[in-house]
Parts: sequence; structure tokens; C-alpha cells
Amino acid sequence: MNDLDTTTRAEMLRDMVFVRRFEERCAQLYQQTKIRGFLHLYVGEEAIATGVCHRLRPDDAVVATYREHGHALMKGVSAESVMAEMFGRVDGCSGGRGGSMHLFDAEHRFYGGNAIVAGGLPVAVGLALAEKLAGRDRVTACFFGEGAMAEGEFHESMNLAALWDLPVLFCCENNRYAMGTALARSEAQTDLALRASGYGMPAWSVDGMDLEAVVDSTERALTAIRAGGGPVFVEFQTYRFRAHSMYDPELYRDKGEVTEWREHDPIHMLFDRMVADGQIEADGLAAIEQEVDARIELAVVYADASPIEDIATLERHLYAPNPESPTLQEVTS
Amino acid sequence: MSATDNNGQMTGREAMREAMRQAMLADDRVFLMGEDVGRYGGCFAVSAGMLDEFGPDRVRDTPLSESAFVGAGIGAAIGGMRPIVEIMTVNFSLLALDQIMNNAATLRHMSGGQVGVPLVIRMTTGGGRQLAAQHSHSLDGWYGHIPGLKIVAPGTIDDFRWMLGPALDDPDPVIIFENGGLYGASGEVSETDPGLPLDRAIVRRSGHDISLITFGGTLPTCLDAAQELATQGVEAEVVDLRSLRPLDDTTIMSSIARTHRAIVVDEGWKSVGISGEIATRIMEQAFYELDAPVGRVCTAEIPLPYPRHLELAAMPSVDRIVAAAQLAMQGRTPEMAVA
Repeated sequence: MNDLDTTTRAEMLRDMVFVRRFEERCAQLYQQTKIRGFLHLYVGEEAIATGVCHRLRPDDAVVATYREHGHALMKGVSAESVMAEMFGRVDGCSGGRGGSMHLFDAEHRFYGGNAIVAGGLPVAVGLALAEKLAGRDRVTACFFGEGAMAEGEFHESMNLAALWDLPVLFCCENNRYAMGTALARSEAQTDLALRASGYGMPAWSVDGMDLEAVVDSTERALTAIRAGGGPVFVEFQTYRFRAHSMYDPELYRDKGEVTEWREHDPIHMLFDRMVADGQIEADGLAAIEQEVDARIELAVVYADASPIEDIATLERHLYAPNPESPTLQEVTS
Repeated sequence: MSATDNNGQMTGREAMREAMRQAMLADDRVFLMGEDVGRYGGCFAVSAGMLDEFGPDRVRDTPLSESAFVGAGIGAAIGGMRPIVEIMTVNFSLLALDQIMNNAATLRHMSGGQVGVPLVIRMTTGGGRQLAAQHSHSLDGWYGHIPGLKIVAPGTIDDFRWMLGPALDDPDPVIIFENGGLYGASGEVSETDPGLPLDRAIVRRSGHDISLITFGGTLPTCLDAAQELATQGVEAEVVDLRSLRPLDDTTIMSSIARTHRAIVVDEGWKSVGISGEIATRIMEQAFYELDAPVGRVCTAEIPLPYPRHLELAAMPSVDRIVAAAQLAMQGRTPEMAVA
């Protein structure tokens, strides 16, 4: 594995801090009731979305889960539109209709924001099928948790993608708990890469807390996929530092376990490495936090200023307003 | 096989095959996928010969993974293709309900209008072939409950031929319910696209005494019942809904305004079904036009039994429709106690 250069490390460190602080701000805004509904935070898992999305091309697609704020931000969806979506405002990336669990941005090829566990996998397979039929080399990265591997849709999708050699990067974010159910309590075979390899595709496991390992695995996988080798499965071993959602009293895990995993914080892991390599000052994190906090506040101000939708348009967005859908235009342009 | 063979007569399966062929010849983005659509030629032989003509990329056999291949159809539609996904029968579509309901029907809305799903799903529906409880469902109306979908059910061979085009042109997901009994039935097919909008109901037979409102597999049954009623001095109008979502209220209500009586005939179950929805709409929009309560002829409230005599007794029949219509002429329904 090659170390990343100083500039790339600095950029990715800043991005991980950005995602972390953005979500911590979301938690505050939830307490202030600015954000409602379900709010699932990604705190602790940032290295995965950051590392994978940094290596995707802008024209590659992402299909993610309901814990997808970081993926959206890293795929290029603006912090302003993500925050406005959380607030349910018209300038949200889904026009306010989706909320935290349904972030969408067709321009950045970010296709959700899917709140049914494993429900995004078949769609990712279909996006990849469209690429293959059109003869393009675009990849679809599909994120899901280890809990999804118990769903039938996971098995069906893995089989179909492998059978048809489709360009899908299956990114399993194994944070060890399907909501409150530990992996070993729900899966007979806990070696996830072994299971995935049973579908006839390359599959491996990597430390999802180590940003550079994530980037390295992503590069390896994308090279193979773009070369026409079909799908790849990567298990990113990670941990969710905070509760499953804002309603979770966390009765299913020891406080000590959380503390232990916090020692492997992906931000600190990269930061410490950079300090050791003389690429950043030992107190350099504070300045980054200050910088990203200022950007996040701009997003909060933007979201708060965005209007709510007029009830008169309640029934919008059910069907296309005219016969020419965006998809048609995209294809014929 | 072209539309002009046999003096414009085709079977339902030939008509749908021709519709798919022409769509694929006209638009490279259109492809067909589903279980056994390729080498086998389709479980009901609808796609017979199409693999040879279009190749395995465009006539794509899938594993028995309803959820994955319906979801793949959704993804491919988002990705710019125009997939036709064939689900062998409506019974198996229940395995894909997550994709149909949580994705196809909702993606446009929850993305704030950004992500449309121009997907066509075709599936066989209906009973009457002694296939027993798990292969005889009529859930066409049940799917009509879901906002975001468009639901159509051809009841004529001409619609088998010409409904697919507008369904593929539609920027939103359209499900076509094809009654299995109509695949082998013959009917006249227009030489050129009659240009009927997908969401328009059609009066298939005019009459001034009572409206028989139906769709799909029970359309021929209602036309037969109307003929029988005519011999008994009752002139029935037959309204073919064609579209179950949206419902064409205008055509339904203008028929009621002519006849002042109605029987809704649905091969689905009565309870919580589309027959109740239609009767309610008539009450809401045309209550003072009615000279009799709206009657319903539906399938008995049981899973369909295997023996032929029991299955036929369970399903809407000419006799039951005629009896219900005659009661309506007296201002009554089959459910009212005999006075």
C-alpha cells in the first residue's frame, strides 16, 4: 500500500473532519427541533465515504443507505442543499420531500438515500446494467451495512451483478450492529468477504477506519471493474461511535466497547500519521475544525433562510409534469 | 408475423409480441428481461422467437430473483434505458413488491422530482385455468392503490397490441396486467396506432339501461352478459376501464348519466377492492343520477380452488352478471335480502 501525498492526505483529513462536524451540528439541530424524523449519524465511519468517493469519477453513480449524509457530501452534493433537505426546505437537495434518509442529487449522480435495508442494491445493479448496455465505463458504487447481507435482495443482487459482469462496487460498511443486533447474533457465517466470494466475484476485507487502506482498496477495485472484470465486493470494517438513530438508548453494547473503538478514530489515525510524518502541526486539527465549522454555519444559515414549500403544491412530484422526463433529455443530449 | 396476417386478427400473445418487437426495432434503449423470456420463449410464449431476432443483451433471461431484476429494471430506467420487465405472473410479483412500491413508485417524489423511473412491468394476471390458489391471483386493482404507479389492463387484443407504446413513452412506471385467458384469444388489431391515451376508459358497447364497468379478463364476460341481457330486453352499456390508476372518472360518470344504473365487475376480491373504489366514486360524483344502488360482481372471498366447477363458481360469470343487472333494474343488489 502506498501512502498518499501530503496534499491528498490534508484534503481527505479536512473532508473527514467536515463530515464529522457537519453531523455533530445536525445532532444539535435535532435537539433544537430544526431537524425531525429519523437522523442516523455516520460518526466513526467517515473514512469509508471519504476514501471511496474521492476515488470515484464525477460521472460514476452512488447508491447509499439512510446513513448517507457523508456519502452525499463526498459525492459533491453541496452542504447547503443537504442541510436544507434536513430542514425540509425547498432548497434541499430533494426539494425538502425526502429528509435525512432520502438525499438525492441527479446532477451529481447521487441516487439516495434508500431507507429500506438492501433495497438500493437491485437499483445499483440496474444502473450498472445501463452502463454496460450503453458501452460506457462508468461504475456504480453501492453502500450498505452488514445487516443488508441477511436480506434476500442482497443475495439476488450479488448473483445478478456477477452473472452479468456488471460494473458495481459493493461497499459493505460493517459497523457490527444491524441497528441493535450484533453480526454474530444474526449471521451464521460472519466472514463477510468469504460469503461474498461465493458469488464468484473478487471480495476482500479491509480496515475501514484507515483512510489510506480504504483509498488503496477502492483503487484496486475500481481498476478491476473498469477493466471489465465485473463487480467487486469490499468489506470495510468500521464502527458507529454514536447511537443507531436519535432514539436509540444503546442497551445492546458496552460503553467500554465504544471507548475502545474510539481509540481507532479514523480522523485521529490519519492525523497522527501526518503529525509523525511532519505534514501537520500537533495542534493542527483545531484550525481545520474552525475552518469547516465556518463552512457548516453557512449551510445552516442557508437552510434556515430557505422557505418551506407551499401546501398548494402538495401533490407535486408524483408523476412527471410533462412527457419529456429528465432521463430522456439526458440520453438524447 | 405482421399485423396484417389473418385479416387483421391476432391472438393476445401475438399482439403483445408484435408490440414489443416494434418497440425494440424503433428504440435501441428498449430491452426485455425476465424469467425464461429468451431461450424458453416466455412462459406463455409471448416472447417466442425474440431472442433470435434481438440477441441475449436485449432479450435477457434472468435468474429467479424477482426483486433483483425488477430493481435492475428501475436502475436501468434511471440510467437512461427503457426496460420492459416481464414478471411471469402477478403471484410472483409479490416477491418484488419492495422494489415496485418502495422504489419505482416513490423515487420521483422523494427525490423532489429529479429521478423518474420510465419502466414498464408486464405480468400475467387472473384465474380460470385451474392453477389453484397460488397461481390465480387478480391483484390488478390492489396495485392501483399505490400513488406513483400507473396501472393498465388490456381487455381487447387491440389493446394488447397498442398499449405498450404509450406505456414505454411514459416517463413514469407503468404496470401492464395481462389476463392469461386472453393470450390465446383472437381479436381484431388496428393496422396503425389508434392513438388512445393510456389513461382513457372506452365504452365498448352502448346501451341506455345499465352500465357494466369492468376491465381486463372480465371484459369479454361482460360483453357476453350484455348480449344475453339484450335478449331479455335490457340494453347494457359496457365500460372498459383500461386504466386502473388513474381511473377515468369522466367516462364512468358520463355512462352513469346515460344509464343511471351500474354493476362493477372485477375478477379480484370484493373486500377493500377496486370495485368498492369505483362504487364510491359513483356515489361521490353521480349520486343523484342513480336509480339503483351500484352492484358488484367479484370473485368469492376465498383463495381460488383447483376443481373446475368450484373455480368457475367463484369467479364472475355471465350468469352472475346478468342476475345482478336484472336485480339492479328492480332497484336492488344481490346482497339485499330477498323481499
